[in-house]
Amino acid sequence: MLLRHTTAETIVEREALTINPAKTCQPIGAMYAALGIHKCLPHSHGSQGCCSYHRSMLTRHFKEPVMAATSAFTEGASVFGGQANLVEALGNIFSIYNPDIVAIHTTCLSETIGDDCGQIASKALESGKIPAGKVVINTSTPSYVGSHITGFSNMVKSMVTSLSESTKPGKDNVVNIIPGFVDPSDMEEIKRLAGELGVKTILFPDTSNVVNGPMTGKFHMYPAGGTTIEELRATGDSKATLALGPSASGAAAKALDTKCKVPCQELELPIGLQATDRFVDALRKVAGVTVPESINRERGQLLDMMTDMHQYTYGRKVAIAGDPDHLVSLVEFLVSLDMKPIHIVTGTPGKKIAPRFKASLEKMGRPGNLKAPGDLFHLHQWIKQEPVDLILGNTHCKYIARDEDTPLVRVGFPIIDRVGHQYMPTLGYRGAIRLLEKILSALMDRQDRDAPEESFELVM
Amino acid sequence: MTGLKLLDERRRQVFEKGSEPADFEIACGKPSLSGAVSQRACVFCGSRVVLYPIADALHIVHGPVGCAAYTWDIRGSRSSGPELHRMSFTTDLRETDIIYGGEKKLEAALRQLIARHNPRAAFVYGTCVVGVIGDDVDAVCRKMTAECGIPVIAVHSEGFKGTKKDGYKAACDALWRIVDSGETTEKRPYSINILGEFNIAGEAWILKEYFRKMGVEVVSTFTGDGRIDEIRNARQASLNLVQCSGSITALASRMKSEYGIPFIRVSFFGIEDVSKALYAVADTFKDNKDIMARTRALVSEELSVLLPQLEKYRKDLTGKKAAIYVGGAFKAFSLIVALRHLGMSVVLAGSQTGNKDDYETLKEICDEGAVIVDDTNPVELCKFMLEKGVDLLIGGVKERPMAYKLGVAFCDHNHERKIPLAGFEGMVAFAKEVHASVMSPVWKFAPRMEAKP
Repeated sequence: MLLRHTTAETIVEREALTINPAKTCQPIGAMYAALGIHKCLPHSHGSQGCCSYHRSMLTRHFKEPVMAATSAFTEGASVFGGQANLVEALGNIFSIYNPDIVAIHTTCLSETIGDDCGQIASKALESGKIPAGKVVINTSTPSYVGSHITGFSNMVKSMVTSLSESTKPGKDNVVNIIPGFVDPSDMEEIKRLAGELGVKTILFPDTSNVVNGPMTGKFHMYPAGGTTIEELRATGDSKATLALGPSASGAAAKALDTKCKVPCQELELPIGLQATDRFVDALRKVAGVTVPESINRERGQLLDMMTDMHQYTYGRKVAIAGDPDHLVSLVEFLVSLDMKPIHIVTGTPGKKIAPRFKASLEKMGRPGNLKAPGDLFHLHQWIKQEPVDLILGNTHCKYIARDEDTPLVRVGFPIIDRVGHQYMPTLGYRGAIRLLEKILSALMDRQDRDAPEESFELVM
Repeated sequence: MTGLKLLDERRRQVFEKGSEPADFEIACGKPSLSGAVSQRACVFCGSRVVLYPIADALHIVHGPVGCAAYTWDIRGSRSSGPELHRMSFTTDLRETDIIYGGEKKLEAALRQLIARHNPRAAFVYGTCVVGVIGDDVDAVCRKMTAECGIPVIAVHSEGFKGTKKDGYKAACDALWRIVDSGETTEKRPYSINILGEFNIAGEAWILKEYFRKMGVEVVSTFTGDGRIDEIRNARQASLNLVQCSGSITALASRMKSEYGIPFIRVSFFGIEDVSKALYAVADTFKDNKDIMARTRALVSEELSVLLPQLEKYRKDLTGKKAAIYVGGAFKAFSLIVALRHLGMSVVLAGSQTGNKDDYETLKEICDEGAVIVDDTNPVELCKFMLEKGVDLLIGGVKERPMAYKLGVAFCDHNHERKIPLAGFEGMVAFAKEVHASVMSPVWKFAPRMEAKP
């Protein structure tokens, strides 16, 4: 009864108020993206609390140390501008923490007072605060626009606008892949799939081996993983870019096309059978390779599981909350399993989001609710009006799951009460097998729990 | 201190007991250095943690979504009744609000929420951007107070306006307004308020049970399992106990100067400190001899249960070394004593927000050679942990994975913990938690010895 304050009453339109948000603010997305650059220290240009909250939340999700610096705004800085703080910060960062690159993002405060971080960084360079060979990039991430997904997108775009270079007339036989705001395990899976296909890729950003590193008995300020600065520069010489997830990756891919004439394709995140098919196919075509038997086998195993178990997914109603790129592919996957994702909420605003669900929802064969931007209070009210068999979403959905006694499968960000997502992907065929296993286990555990003794089954 | 690259500015915030220069004076209470990977938070964080446990109040974060999202039910503060505080309400300010102001939005949000949830009061947290765009949050609150008939209180918690401590101050100001609206001024005999007790994992309930047995009435707790009406009655108490001193001394001082309610600083962590705290209360009410007698009986009964339980943990833990890095220094004092009880020594101690006196006291209780730090960063912390060869770190969410990466055991003594550590039974839980982590076989597989310098 934690959410006893949620009622099934007629849903009141709320323009002025968000209750139990299904999103968070831009800077955390920018910080996460920056962690995907090798030897990068993300820097938060704002009050100390922002940086602290983002690090705490990322730490809870990944169960790993998360390093980032802050300009530590004071009252003076908020009146006279944060230039002095940032210049001093850059000097301190390079002299004590010695990163190869600092990736600055702004906050609602520094945006509102109008700090121009690019110009401040140039000033720091002029005054010798940035040692030779070191790099500073920056991006604008006002917390009052978009969501954490927007922040991720902005930082990745800045990697392109600041670093990508086209150094020669021809292009290298390399494909850039932008993975979107996904877990390090997912980034690893994308690299593995590309490797199986025999395609040379640059994946950026790449947080694998940064926030899912092994236990070594040592603390590394800069873990082994991350896309290197050289690789980021070389993205301008690649022959193509695949942007996985238009919301998180589209902007960077388009910027790279504009800046270095690297043609790009936007794809939905490869979650589930069909979306992974499209990704593998796109990669095959663009790289001019054939799909090896090893990948066909993985695909066949996923399909095998889907067909073996389709009776358990048939007609099951699902409520789902999360980030747009995840949701679009998840909904498609659910519908391909004959499940009914009838309530869909994302906190991320954007007019282009809703149309991406159209094809899947038409196939569902019944009307469904969709809200972008919406919040979890709204989702809960919908669930009260029409109950579901399963909820898919981040940890915050556990309140609804408990109150409505409905099973929950955790996907997306943040997951701060379970582990596994750091190491096991949800992307690709194998990721879909894992996801389907979780969905089936949740549904079947519930069936076992609720079955009267006479219909309690050993074999399912 | 050789071998560690300290920023020049950090040199006066770190010292080793016994090796510091004679004239050394710790430079604490400073804002963090720009560019530091500090473990500190902000003004908003301070206000939010203090007021959050008041369960029958509406808490709305006025600002962009992040501040509400990150502080949504992250404290284990329990309520025995309403759970309104566990919802996350925010005006989720957008770009147009930044340009045209967010006052109308705030007003509409308050009107809708107060009508739906019928809270006993509402706290409006103004975050960074609200302070900059110039929303008159006070005016909106005044208007809504008049319209809705409940106190609607602005908490000025713009993140940049200082440190977490300034957030505590803002929270105390807000609490004062509730306290001061109490109508009955008549004193209740042998009664107390417990200030700075947030009922993490039900700790306030443990303490209340002790006081019930002693024959002392608890009028209100600030703010664990808090209710507006109880807080309003707070001025009827004869004594204030101040536990988390950093966060709430300002309120206690004000209640002393305005109502003449004396306060004492206490800690409910560790055997000595719990006993000391209970006796201090009994001593204040010494005209009633029964209270002291009952307190003696309570302490000796609890100890007779507790001490044998601790023995088995102590046997394993004797000789192990601990590091402590916590928010307020006062907590560190108790932890050092408590760890000593388990046979452990503290070789590294620090806090985010300690003051000069705190660090003097820390120095006194620590052993020779212990490193003492103010507002440390991960690089420093890890370096010292390895140099000192610690077996256990006590800290919060950001420190946990660092300890684990080094192969060092960890105990969460912050607000995310789920077990009560206060009182006598809390000491057993603490010992068990420390034992569970320090003695875990998983560390045997950790290559931590390689990492030692």
